Amino acid sequence: METLASLAGGFATALSPANLGFAFAGCFLGTAVGVLPGIGPALTVALLLPITFQVPAESAFILFAGVYYGAMYGGSTTSILLNTPGESATIITALEGFKMAKKGRAGPALATAAIGSFVAGTIATLALTFFAPVVVELALMLGPAEYFSLMVIAFTAVSAVLGSSALRGLAMLFLGLILGVVGVDLQTGQPRFTFGVIELLDGIEVTIVAVGLFAVAEALHLATRRKHGEDEILAVSGSLWLSREDWARSWKPWLRGAFLGFPFGAIPAGGSELPTFLSYFMEKRLSRRPEEFGQGAIEGVAGPEAANNAAAAGVLMPMLTLGLPTSVTAAIMLSAFQSYGIQPGPLLFVNQGPLVWGLIASLYVGNLMLLVLNLPLIGLWVRVLRIPQPQLYAGILVFATIGAYGVSNSVIDLIVMYVIGFVGMLMKRYDFPVAPVVIGMILGPLAEQAFRQALTISQGDWTTFVTRPISAAFLVIALLLGVGPTLYRGLARSRPSPA
Amino acid sequence: MTLTRRQLLGSAVAAAAVLGPWPAAARQLFESIFMFIPAGPGGGWDGTGRAIEQAARAAGLVGSFQFENVGGAGGMVGLPRFVNQRRGQANALMVGGSVMVGAGITNKSPINITNVLPVARLTEEAGVVVVPASSDVKTWKDLEAKLKANPGAVAVGGGSAGGTDHIALGLILKALGRNPREASYVAFAGGGPANAAILGGQVGAGISGYSEFAEQIKAGRMRALATTGEKRIEGTDIPTLKELGLDVVATNWRGVFAPPGITDAQLKALIDLMTAVHATPQWQEILKQRAWADAFLTGEAFAAALKRDIAATESVLKDLGLA
Repeated sequence: METLASLAGGFATALSPANLGFAFAGCFLGTAVGVLPGIGPALTVALLLPITFQVPAESAFILFAGVYYGAMYGGSTTSILLNTPGESATIITALEGFKMAKKGRAGPALATAAIGSFVAGTIATLALTFFAPVVVELALMLGPAEYFSLMVIAFTAVSAVLGSSALRGLAMLFLGLILGVVGVDLQTGQPRFTFGVIELLDGIEVTIVAVGLFAVAEALHLATRRKHGEDEILAVSGSLWLSREDWARSWKPWLRGAFLGFPFGAIPAGGSELPTFLSYFMEKRLSRRPEEFGQGAIEGVAGPEAANNAAAAGVLMPMLTLGLPTSVTAAIMLSAFQSYGIQPGPLLFVNQGPLVWGLIASLYVGNLMLLVLNLPLIGLWVRVLRIPQPQLYAGILVFATIGAYGVSNSVIDLIVMYVIGFVGMLMKRYDFPVAPVVIGMILGPLAEQAFRQALTISQGDWTTFVTRPISAAFLVIALLLGVGPTLYRGLARSRPSPA
Repeated sequence: MTLTRRQLLGSAVAAAAVLGPWPAAARQLFESIFMFIPAGPGGGWDGTGRAIEQAARAAGLVGSFQFENVGGAGGMVGLPRFVNQRRGQANALMVGGSVMVGAGITNKSPINITNVLPVARLTEEAGVVVVPASSDVKTWKDLEAKLKANPGAVAVGGGSAGGTDHIALGLILKALGRNPREASYVAFAGGGPANAAILGGQVGAGISGYSEFAEQIKAGRMRALATTGEKRIEGTDIPTLKELGLDVVATNWRGVFAPPGITDAQLKALIDLMTAVHATPQWQEILKQRAWADAFLTGEAFAAALKRDIAATESVLKDLGLA
């Protein structure tokens, strides 16, 4: 009851005309930076930090939260239409989303992404309102050993994106792992695979690789393959809106994505990418039409999109209850708290109640605002596909270049992106899957660091992964996921059903 | 003594501000300042640079500021650019600090912090050693005994390897007569994950800048055992390592530097500017608001402190095998 009263107070703050204006500005800006590959919410919030000198704390945080949520919506738009993930959390969306767009179903893909984001965002905000302290305490029980075992589950899930040839898929996964370890090693401080290039010491940005592999590679591929005069314009056939069947196939993935994404936001090694991989895997496994995956299955857009938005709300949970940032954007928002002289920590809810509840209420408002902002835009967005391909892809290259340069004003980033784009073009030509590269690049370093942290803590005792109960449970789940289906098929074959 | 003088000065300036326009305070020292931040927007160095702008412009000391952020590798991407592009430019300043000292040594960079001219040290933050509230370690002496007996048995969490936190732990172990390499140091990517690991009891102890842990300490979820500063942190009763009989001082300081190739008179003008900025009530207000400890030191004295810092950092990093 107390929560509801506080929330009502929060809505009073969030619904004031000025704060509604800030929420709208944030959502709009967020959508814009989400669309631009490379420039993400973290950088945008950092650039907006000087604003904290000018406006009241509530308004600044409402603006930041709008940017954060908006980026998740905007990132999916370019993933679906242009195969150019604007954010690392929307990479998976490109897999099925772009295939749907190619089949003329860009409208339903965008709609299921927008509605799924809204549904999941709202569920996660509700969960944040009522369960934040409990979930955070549970998340703290997970240590490096558990994270590593969780990564093992994720690696098992990767099989869902390996493509037709396991050998090619694994080769690409390892390419991703190598790209992921470039830079100074966190545990020893030694540089790895940097070849003396000082700009590589901080590692290679995932978005740079994703944009290179998806967008630049696609553009180069078309340029090498295109013969004069055969210009294929993607047709937008059928309805822009979700059909009855689309609804039926979308709602369960939305809910599953929401429940998968939210807890991941709360754990310090979660981030918003991991739940999107797991959601994709889950939907492929649960689908009655797994053969459609890779050809434009709507579940493969609905689930991951819901998951990344729920994770975005989940990230705010440890930040608001304990002052722990689990994503870069959250870390920068924390520094904004500090410039107001507010110390986020376990006492934040007690000391700054109105501010926190205003922020939470603005999340509900922002979600609704983004849905209203995005649904009418679908009609406009799909028109982008009517642009003839040479012009369209030239435009994409311009956007990709600006975005990649914007990450850290570094020419090295651009070189890396184009080199990777060239490799990506060869991969496309010789039918190597791209998704495992990005996934390996994200999961690899996380798994490696967790593995070594766990072993340092246990003083080199390898049994730590199986003697800690939660870690052991995760490993069992991974094992079941990995060998379960094969085992099941084997059993079914050896014991033919008496029919 | 210093405190009283500073308070006096502060109240004098405040009184002047209340009494109306005071010609001396509005005297513009620089028409414009080019401020170079060798880190991305949003971090500590960026915050320091913007705070200087805020105070200097409010007091009318500088007409306008221009910022450039070039982040990466603990400042080592930006530093060479500043040295090469701004050589001899009399109105250029770069924010830097102890992180840059360590990064220059571990990266064996040909251009390092000794290639720029120290103008002023502004703020510093002492490190703090903490244990989870549920730990059986109650005092520093308990932890000290454990570390002395077998440093490997206590997993200590902090920031990246070779960084400020790791160096502070290395200095402690050296003072205890052990090799820094024996530590079970668990590096985490940033304050969030480190905090989570300590709160969840995943590691035995933690070491990092005071602000990283301050709220958890106040809420009673972590127990602070000792700080690494010269003096106690204002407003706390955590003993310093020095008080506890261990000759270790390691702070994370931030300051500003000038490019090489400017004349002594030009350097002095920049030092005068920073001295004036430091004296403004706005700057004092910012220090209080952000809980930054004042560590103001200029010119020669700053250069000497920097030299000592480099030597201490280098010796620990050598022991760790990183220099």
